[in-house]
Amino acid sequence: MALQEKYQALIDAANAAGVSNLAVREQDGVLYVDGDAPNGSVKDQLWDVYNQIDPNYASGDLILNVNARAEAGSQVKVITQESNLNIRKGPGTDQPIVGKAAKDEIITLISKANDQWWSVRTQDGEEGYAYSQYLEPLA
Amino acid sequence: MKKILAIVAIVAFTFALPSCKGKSDAELKTEVETALQANPDLSGATVDVTNGVATISGELKDDAAVAAAEAAAKGVKGIKSVTNSATVAPPPPPVVITPDDPLTSAVTDAIKDHPTVSASVTDGVVTLTGEISKSDLQTLMQKVQATKPKKVESSALVVK
Repeated sequence: MALQEKYQALIDAANAAGVSNLAVREQDGVLYVDGDAPNGSVKDQLWDVYNQIDPNYASGDLILNVNARAEAGSQVKVITQESNLNIRKGPGTDQPIVGKAAKDEIITLISKANDQWWSVRTQDGEEGYAYSQYLEPLA
Repeated sequence: MKKILAIVAIVAFTFALPSCKGKSDAELKTEVETALQANPDLSGATVDVTNGVATISGELKDDAAVAAAEAAAKGVKGIKSVTNSATVAPPPPPVVITPDDPLTSAVTDAIKDHPTVSASVTDGVVTLTGEISKSDLQTLMQKVQATKPKKVESSALVVK
């Protein structure tokens, strides 16, 4: 229970920000926090709280997985830091690049191959797999 | 003047009447709510009172809390009986940890855009080494933790 107390401000912030399906469990010295954020800025806000409690995320006692929920068929925004987002033939960085999406481009989420790789279609009609952490659902 | 006094007396009597029969349902509801609020485990419980019968509903953390809510309501003077409709909240879903093989490839993908960072995976624990700029750290950690590892060991990662 001690870890839950350490990260109580984070759990409170998640509840206050309207995170749904919030699950908080402690197991073998690690606290696991999962849930669905209403949008991407809530996710970043929670990560800022995490960094305040545990500077540089260095303690290794929390796995935070509160992501903005995106539905198949919806529009998502490319949130790379500067570069283009690679669209690949299959789900993995070992797969050949079949297209690119620009930063801030709005593309279509076709389906989710897994948590990390989503099948997408760009505005130019290119289809392939993109890394989900660089995609954010439109609020 | 006598007439007015008579009316006042009748009105006063009418309002005083329910107190002869005991507390109203609304008063009992407030008293039960106060009793429930005294125990932080019962914050999920709500109560309704009809003809002195309290009905408790809501989702509570365990059987003991459900029993405690019933006892708290029964302890209020004037409650004739308690219908306990409170339920125990389902336990949170178990923690999902990615097996090492898919975890290794997921972590490889996660650190691809950070060439100064290396990662190894052992029994679900991702160990990060190398160096990273402070501004990229949050993005890196978001991606690595999203692979659902058991733990991320980053104490050896130098943040510049």
